[in-house]
Amino acid sequence: MGEFKVHRVRFFNYVPSGIRCVAYNNQSNRLAVSRTDGTVEIYNLSANYFQEKFFPGHESRATEALCWAEGQRLFSAGLNGEIMEYDLQALNIKYAMDAFGGPIWSMAASPSGSQLLVGCEDGSVKLFQITPDKIQFERNFDRQKSRILSLSWHPSGTHIAAGSIDYISVFDVKSGSAVHKMIVDRQYMGVSKRKCIVWGVAFLSDGTIISVDSAGKVQFWDSATGTLVKSHLIANADVQSIAVADQEDSFVVGTAEGTVFHFQLVPVTSNSSEKQWVRTKPFQHHTHDVRTVAHSPTALISGGTDTHLVFRPLMEKVEVKNYDAALRKITFPHRCLISCSKKRQLLLFQFAHHLELWRLGSTVATGKNGDTLPLSKNADHLLHLKTKGPENIICSCISPCGSWIAYSTVSRFFLYRLNYEHDNISLKRVSKMPAFLRSALQILFSEDSTKLFVASNQGALHIVQLSGGSFKHLHAFQPQSGTVEAMCLLAVSPDGNWLAASGTSAGVHVYNVKQLKLHCTVPAYNFPVTAMAIAPNTNNLVIAHSDQQVFEYSIPDKQYTDWSRTVQKQGFHHLWLQRDTPITHISFHPKRPMHILLHDAYMFCIIDKSLPLLFMDLLDERTLVAVERPLDDIIAQLPPPIKKKKFGT
Amino acid sequence: MVEEENIRVVRCGGSELNFRRAVFSADSKYIFCVSGDFVKVYSTVTEECVHILHGHRNLVTGIQLNPNNHLQLYSCSLDGTIKLWDYIDGILIKTFIVGCKLHALFTLAQAEDSVFVIVNKEKPVKLPKSSSQEVEAKELSFVLDYINQSPKCIAFGNEGVYVAAVREFYLSVYFFKKKTTSRFTLSSSRNKKHAKNNFTCVACHPTEDCIASGHMDGKIRLWRNFYDDKKYTYTCLHWHHDMVMDLAFSVTGTSLLSGGRESVLVEWRDATEKNKEFLPRLGATIEHISVSPAGDLFCTSHSDNKIIIIHRNLEASAVIQGLVKDRSIFTGLMIDPRTKALVLNGKPGHLQFYSLQSDKQLYNLDIIQQEYINDYGLIQIELTKAAFGCFGNWLATVEQRQEKETELELQMKLWMYNKKTQGFILNTKINMPHEDCITALCFCNAEKSEQPTLVTASKDGYFKVWILTDDSDIYKKAVGWTCDFVGSYHKYQATNCCFSEDGSLLAVSFEEIVTIWDSVTWELKCTFCQRAGKIRHLCFGRLTCSKYLLGATENGILCCWNLLSCALEWNAKLNVRVMEPDPNSENIAAISQSSVGSDLFVFKPSEPRPLYIQKGISREKVQWGVFVPRDVPESFTSEAYQWLNRSQFYFLTKSQSLLTFSTKSPEEKLTPTSKQLLAEESLPTTPFYFILGKHRQQQDEKLNETLENELVQLPLTENIPAISELLHTPAHVLPSAAFLCSMFVNSLLLSKETKSAKEIPEDVDMEEEKESEDSDEENDFTEKVQDTSNTGLGEDIIHQLSKSEEKELRKFRKIDYSWIAAL
Repeated sequence: MGEFKVHRVRFFNYVPSGIRCVAYNNQSNRLAVSRTDGTVEIYNLSANYFQEKFFPGHESRATEALCWAEGQRLFSAGLNGEIMEYDLQALNIKYAMDAFGGPIWSMAASPSGSQLLVGCEDGSVKLFQITPDKIQFERNFDRQKSRILSLSWHPSGTHIAAGSIDYISVFDVKSGSAVHKMIVDRQYMGVSKRKCIVWGVAFLSDGTIISVDSAGKVQFWDSATGTLVKSHLIANADVQSIAVADQEDSFVVGTAEGTVFHFQLVPVTSNSSEKQWVRTKPFQHHTHDVRTVAHSPTALISGGTDTHLVFRPLMEKVEVKNYDAALRKITFPHRCLISCSKKRQLLLFQFAHHLELWRLGSTVATGKNGDTLPLSKNADHLLHLKTKGPENIICSCISPCGSWIAYSTVSRFFLYRLNYEHDNISLKRVSKMPAFLRSALQILFSEDSTKLFVASNQGALHIVQLSGGSFKHLHAFQPQSGTVEAMCLLAVSPDGNWLAASGTSAGVHVYNVKQLKLHCTVPAYNFPVTAMAIAPNTNNLVIAHSDQQVFEYSIPDKQYTDWSRTVQKQGFHHLWLQRDTPITHISFHPKRPMHILLHDAYMFCIIDKSLPLLFMDLLDERTLVAVERPLDDIIAQLPPPIKKKKFGT
Repeated sequence: MVEEENIRVVRCGGSELNFRRAVFSADSKYIFCVSGDFVKVYSTVTEECVHILHGHRNLVTGIQLNPNNHLQLYSCSLDGTIKLWDYIDGILIKTFIVGCKLHALFTLAQAEDSVFVIVNKEKPVKLPKSSSQEVEAKELSFVLDYINQSPKCIAFGNEGVYVAAVREFYLSVYFFKKKTTSRFTLSSSRNKKHAKNNFTCVACHPTEDCIASGHMDGKIRLWRNFYDDKKYTYTCLHWHHDMVMDLAFSVTGTSLLSGGRESVLVEWRDATEKNKEFLPRLGATIEHISVSPAGDLFCTSHSDNKIIIIHRNLEASAVIQGLVKDRSIFTGLMIDPRTKALVLNGKPGHLQFYSLQSDKQLYNLDIIQQEYINDYGLIQIELTKAAFGCFGNWLATVEQRQEKETELELQMKLWMYNKKTQGFILNTKINMPHEDCITALCFCNAEKSEQPTLVTASKDGYFKVWILTDDSDIYKKAVGWTCDFVGSYHKYQATNCCFSEDGSLLAVSFEEIVTIWDSVTWELKCTFCQRAGKIRHLCFGRLTCSKYLLGATENGILCCWNLLSCALEWNAKLNVRVMEPDPNSENIAAISQSSVGSDLFVFKPSEPRPLYIQKGISREKVQWGVFVPRDVPESFTSEAYQWLNRSQFYFLTKSQSLLTFSTKSPEEKLTPTSKQLLAEESLPTTPFYFILGKHRQQQDEKLNETLENELVQLPLTENIPAISELLHTPAHVLPSAAFLCSMFVNSLLLSKETKSAKEIPEDVDMEEEKESEDSDEENDFTEKVQDTSNTGLGEDIIHQLSKSEEKELRKFRKIDYSWIAAL
């Protein structure tokens, strides 16, 4: 018999939602991604592509446009007609403002970053001034007949191009009047389609406008004369997105067939200065529509309905051919969606709008190493808990004893008490939550299930005492004065004495739960924390960072352990450092404190490489639970892609 | 009478036209292609061969137009020479001796004094040229190494700024100005996805810096920005499912042409994947694509030895078809009694009729009449046997397809010659004429036979006699073939059958036994058994030797039986591979196979001693042979060559080269009509032209006669060679007008006595020589006049001599004369 009994759980029917837009910020090297359920995620490309922040979605908010303005400020606009700004420190929405033009289809920040332009359903283009703490409506441009689907500023800020249905308009920003109207050909491979939707436009500094449309064309227009210069037919389906590099020497387009095409500005001959746009490489990393693309200085970024976020590095721009130069595909969120009750062998799965509670199956059979054991009792779906309201669940947790479930949305915090009577379960909501417990970024129960730790988005940490069916607020650790940074990771020691909390950038704070005071702060590291845990007995805090470094910090001694120092001196194995998915969970072997179990999205140490692993934990010293999610199952649940004839079939 | 030299084995046409890319002339009027040791010049309009440029002593491997004079053509060969031709007149202008085997040739307008060749050390070299007639080119400079020998893998781009070469997984680009090489590598076969990434061909855009490369997996990559090892970029075009065989850009570079095994010419417009045009059903794999410099024509060379000329709008306009050598030959070599054309397997499912005299395919006869699906591993219907009967009135063909041991599909078709349509028309189709493969097929070709008779022998142990019977019904009169008799002998497999010359006897061999049957009553007359192995070949003697029957066995014994005495006349130990009787004499040719090579024996059945033996005719196995009756009998007196008087023997080796025996030296043998045509060029050489040309000649002759009668020597401009040459020589090879003027006037002068005219200049010459030798330049003029007038009056001496050569010649002459004077 092997060392562990492994439960391979495959009944977590999690489907990430499709990607709608991406926006790349050159200053901070961060990428903002919005999904069809309204979730907005921030990826730090410098920190090993780690998803450091996320804003939960909302049913009524379909984000159609996302842009960075004035340096680090993030704006989004959607079909509910509102423009929103996100607070990247406190991780909440600063404000939402109605543009009064019907659903917003497009948004673009001016090259200087001080103005914001939105294109609306009613054909109006509205200019907003960005003030330090808000945005202010400035004026309307000439109203067009149909919805404005795409917008682009001329780099000088004097003109804009707006893509609509069947035509592209060029506006003069000063006067707000349309200078040119360029009609797009409806012909599609000789057949006249009903309408030609201009999905994207890009205005280059030399006055060229590049448009992509639903007839599969990429067209180059001269904005001075309003004439078509060149047309490339690249797809049999819609071309849905375009992004131009800052140097304007290359751009990328994404099609509904899942292909991403790269165009480059190439000299016609070596000894002439004449240059031409040439379609170069096609990339087929998606199975479904590529809804959005972005062009960072070194990579092409694409995302679409198939929920993958793909980073395709440009080989000629990469200086060193290390692991950064490899293709990256991000499918799963970099946080835990699963919690587990060790005592009752329960798993709590978190979905966007509901929670599922499952009891693991059990077996009486024994076998050799690598055997698949037959189940004597199948896994049970115990509970399906739907949230109220349109907001997505931010976080959830089940207590180790299995009798408490807590989850939170943006505006409400829920705590439930579970009662087990033989096979029946009864659920009772604990009412009258205190007013300060409105929303939580992270929830954690102590090992003995008597305490509940809640990291709220105001930066405070609350400790709640649970006893029987009631609760009592014990203490709140307020953030240090002046900082509003939200804590998003928590870890508690098994003996319940220590609580570690980490924010998005600053160091890890360790609190003494008994004395209710800050014990120490682990020195800040360059890369964000992806997972942490406190070891039993020794009370060593193990911290994993997004660059795959692992530190061990002794809480009682307030210093790094000898092991951590030697490891840092020797360095990790290069294969370990080259892994591109962050460690999302850490656990310990109860009998062997020397062993640390780590897992990321694809790997648990070295056991399983083939299937995406969402969660892994030890139930007891002999049993391991692993939750897997095969990619094929996700694809099977997506809408069917555009049918393409495959040669030889 | 022909002077008798040694009999030599010579290639007789049928050489590959598709060995290298064809080249268009600047005006697209002519197309040039290499053909064995020759370069052939075809008219693009009429498909006729206008000239054959001969002079190379080995395979011609490359041709290119002279970029500085588009009326000249360079060719290079494995014999280590580069020759410059005037292709309109078919004249060799210069020969450059390089000395090593040349595999391909490239010319560039920008590199005026040099051409590029690929030599065996796998390096293209530069070679400067001087202007004398025959020059040794020694100054070679290496440009690139580690390249492929095929010229498809080298391309010059952007007016000679760079050269691109591909090999395996590498693309190398050499920049002449910077003298640097960039090399780009594709991921190799270790990765399964890129297993067939190998480069197969390369082409360069005429105006932009863009290189197109073809690949094994059917992809075309367009490379740009290749000045930088890092910033280079490429894009893919993918339509071909199999290897891309060749690529070519149109003259303006707006479209790219590609072709491969799909037999479809693909035109990629603006180098975009979505914008492409096709010319499908070209018949066979496209091996090469070339584009005319004028841009109005394309041409594709195909694996079935065919060149298709295609208009810019992708319409095939002309087909130049050589001997199809694509596949294995089952039918053997036959002679169509009507056209005297060589008949053998051609395109899949077709019989080809190939004219040996004009080295040209006459036509294809579709036998199987089914769409040919070109796919690897598919078992096709094969045309296995064919025979002509009744002086070309009937043709019998057998086709079979055997997928498994037990599943045999067999069909015999009988075709009747239709005088109206001048072609064969299917008369009778017989499904499964035998239970097993048909091994032999022969018609009774006796003159007196009143009823066409066909005999088939099969492995199922039977031979069947088929006769033509009346098949008329109330609707129409018709004839058809039916089985008349089935014979067998102890269930042995029938392997061969053969009618005697008069048609009275039929010999059928059953494995080791030969049976003789009476063709009237179908009675078994007698049997011969030699116990010397299975009979491989069987034939009756002819004319005076018709009482003999010959059989060659697999154990290497050749037997001759006397039919009168029913006894073995003689036998000889000879491993006979091919045995063919000459239809015009008693001679029989046998080719034996040994480990060293093949030997030819010619003998008469009446005597066991061979008439003629030629050892080592070919290193490879000889597969088939045939006697072709001569139109005009030769008259060799020597006994050894007499067998070649009435017929010529052709044979086909395993590598499908068609060879024959000849006594003439190659220079003599090649007396095509080109030289006669030379004087009357300008007209395209069509069949009409031949008719009209002859007609005109006759008229001229008549005219001459009448003129001679009527007038006193009024010079006809047409008849004065000096004038006709002046008028018909291309302008660019003519000497200066000042020189021509006096010659022209001289020729118009009425010379009363030609003899005196001839003598006078000689006198002058001698006088001049006495005067002084310093005034060369003055003398030049007069002497040249004399020279040309001499040649004009004389028969045919080469008249286009450069000044330096003329001087040299004159010196020689002067030396001669002084020597005479001294005497």
